[in-house]
Amino acid sequence: MELDNAKKVLEVRHLKQYFNVGKRDEVKAVDDISFDIYEGETFGLVGESGSGKTTTGRAIIHLYRPTSGSIKFNGQEIIGLKDHQKMQQFRRDMQMIFQDPYASLNPRMKVKDIVAEGIDINHLAKSDADRSKQVADLLATVGLNRDHASRYPHEFSGGQRQRIGIARALAVQPKFIIADEPISALDVSIQAQVVNLLKKLQRERKLTYLFIAHDLSMVKYISDRIGVMHYGRMLEVGTSDEVYNHPLHDYTRSLLSAVPVPDPEFERTRTQIKYDPKYEDGSKKRELVEIVPHHFVQCSQDEIPMYRERAEKMGLSVKELG
Amino acid sequence: MQSNETILKVNHLKINFNTYAGTVKAIRDVSFDLKKGETLAIVGESGSGKTVTTRSIMGLLANNAVVEGGSIQFHGKDVLKMSQKDLEGLRGAKIAQIFQDPMTSLDPTMRIGRQIAEPLMVHRGVKKEKAMSQALEMMKLVGITDAENRINDYPHQFSGGMRQRIVIAIALINYPEILIADEPTTALDVTIQAQILNLMRELQDKISTSIIFITHDLGVVAGMADRVAVMYAGKIVEYGTVDEIFYNPKHPYTWGLLSSMPTLDTHSEELASIPGTPPDLLDPPKGDAFAPRNPYALKIDTEKQPPFFKVSNTHYAATWLLHPDAPQVTPPKQIIERQKKFAEMQREAAAKNQHHQIEEEEEQQ
Ligand SMILES: Nc1ncnc2c1ncn2[C@@H]1O[C@H](COP(=O)(O)OP(=O)(O)OP(=O)(O)O)[C@@H](O)[C@H]1O
Ligand SMILES: Nc1ncnc2c1ncn2[C@@H]1O[C@H](COP(=O)(O)OP(=O)(O)OP(=O)(O)O)[C@@H](O)[C@H]1O
Ligand SMILES: [Mg+2]
Ligand SMILES: [Mg+2]
Repeated sequence: MELDNAKKVLEVRHLKQYFNVGKRDEVKAVDDISFDIYEGETFGLVGESGSGKTTTGRAIIHLYRPTSGSIKFNGQEIIGLKDHQKMQQFRRDMQMIFQDPYASLNPRMKVKDIVAEGIDINHLAKSDADRSKQVADLLATVGLNRDHASRYPHEFSGGQRQRIGIARALAVQPKFIIADEPISALDVSIQAQVVNLLKKLQRERKLTYLFIAHDLSMVKYISDRIGVMHYGRMLEVGTSDEVYNHPLHDYTRSLLSAVPVPDPEFERTRTQIKYDPKYEDGSKKRELVEIVPHHFVQCSQDEIPMYRERAEKMGLSVKELG
Repeated sequence: MQSNETILKVNHLKINFNTYAGTVKAIRDVSFDLKKGETLAIVGESGSGKTVTTRSIMGLLANNAVVEGGSIQFHGKDVLKMSQKDLEGLRGAKIAQIFQDPMTSLDPTMRIGRQIAEPLMVHRGVKKEKAMSQALEMMKLVGITDAENRINDYPHQFSGGMRQRIVIAIALINYPEILIADEPTTALDVTIQAQILNLMRELQDKISTSIIFITHDLGVVAGMADRVAVMYAGKIVEYGTVDEIFYNPKHPYTWGLLSSMPTLDTHSEELASIPGTPPDLLDPPKGDAFAPRNPYALKIDTEKQPPFFKVSNTHYAATWLLHPDAPQVTPPKQIIERQKKFAEMQREAAAKNQHHQIEEEEEQQ
């Protein structure tokens, strides 16, 4: 992917999402994060439990009203958007696939009605026959057949249910899909089926993905770029090859050193890197700084030289100062 | 540490479940043994029978379960024939268990110190004060910081990783001979997972418990297991040492499992995936249950169940591909890479052995 000329579809600036504001149990789930997502790419979001990944996704798709910040989709500001028509378009363009294929499908609805929900809401079918045809096409796209249309969710396996969820998301012809742990609940062999399907759909339909997952090997495999979150902040952003092979932030290094690898010999000699959050304490103002072209690290002004030195030591060509 | 003493022997276990739809043949002739101090990992497709197998070892089968045949020998006694009272004595004292979700195994209304101490008081008749002080030691051992001040806290006051540590403390307080861990870290993120796995390894070294570890994360298996058993549709289809299973797998299902998981260096356009879905255990197929999903299936696979073929003294696989008359097949690319590594490791080991022998001979001269 040529990042210099790529088109930004999503621009997140200084996004804050606090819960229980002003109360004793206030949570700064997302605390001032900024990043871009380019058209046609997969942006992976990783980080430990509670770091704010899901909250970020939900804030972007407008399930929450952000505490502050800006979210632009194709140049259009979404926060506070009043224009009904534009909002409706946004709600079609951006869809979400959920973690739990069991909980996210209504058990009392037939598969065809689940898949057609978005078609009905947005009046996208010209006739009943057209609706049935669209549903059949969608089911075929995700590797199910038309016989499946009149069955109920409980009659399907986990992988098949996740396919139904994907078909539902595709029904309104979205441009951007947020997938929050879409494969975590699935068996290893089924995970590969769903990931292959997501990649195929991306190629065919030029979809852009925000992909959230715990499994760092899978995120690396599917993502073009990756963002690493911790305590509601974005600590590092870069191409997935570079973040995995040349992590700059101590937290990323520690996180990667904890990933189990299906190779007994590697596991016997693995050393885990302990994390000391000294470059994350609240005493300094820190922002994402581009250390190497397209590779950002959260740091304060006086920490920049240290990260530039780290990058140079790893053989990366640091960004010109300017 | 590992020894050769077998402490548990599962022989030809067959378990059915009676349901409205018919009889689910969940465990279809499973045999394996467990050695003192070793970690045996059980991996395999969802629904293949990993949990049912281990629950039968604890005598914890559902009411609709019927043991069709087989035995589970522990210290010369058949667990399947034990009375409820004997089973209660076994559980929590000699055999302990950790589940995936710590909250389901903790009592939300009981202080954690008391929960950890309870098995000591119940099974060993230890007095409360002494039990509590041992509980405190165990809390320190599993790495709960500030244990003195937290002993009277309730489960909800701890994070997920800390709760799992408490569950481990309860499971280990009686120094059980066998610890069954069913997806103990699946709900945790990698950082906490690494801590818990380290902890289990350390404790195993200290008290030489044998561990049966169930997980679908092959990375975790690679780091934890001495030996691995691979299950599919109610049967073990391959077992061997961790190196044999990861670097020299023989069963096409094991091939599929290993290739469908990306590693940090996977770059291919598509992940290898196993097509189709597992068989219906209400009516399992006549031949090899994996045949319909197996691109390497032979005609005989649809007719006759393959027996175990010996690969080495420690490695067996149930696939007709190992029959002397079977055609040669080329495994997936990733598997060939792994086999190359295995050959290299064996050469190295042989060279080392030879080196030793020469040294010994020299010493004798
Ligand atoms: N509706 C809410 N009200 C209050 N706190 C919340 C709410 N939603 C999330 N949080 C808190 O915000 C923080 C971030 O949660 P979030 O679900 O975004 O994390 P995550 O990175 O997705 O974690 P996981 O990997 O476990 O899914 C957590 O501390 C969580 O408890
Ligand atoms: N009480 C029960 N009644 C009927 N069938 C059951 C019962 N318990 C388990 N089964 C069936 O037995 C088979 C084996 O289940 P088991 O829970 O052992 O699978 P598993 O290998 O642990 O899978 P997972 O990886 O999903 O945990 C499955 O087909 C399951 O549906
Ligand atoms: Mg989440
Ligand atoms: Mg299970």
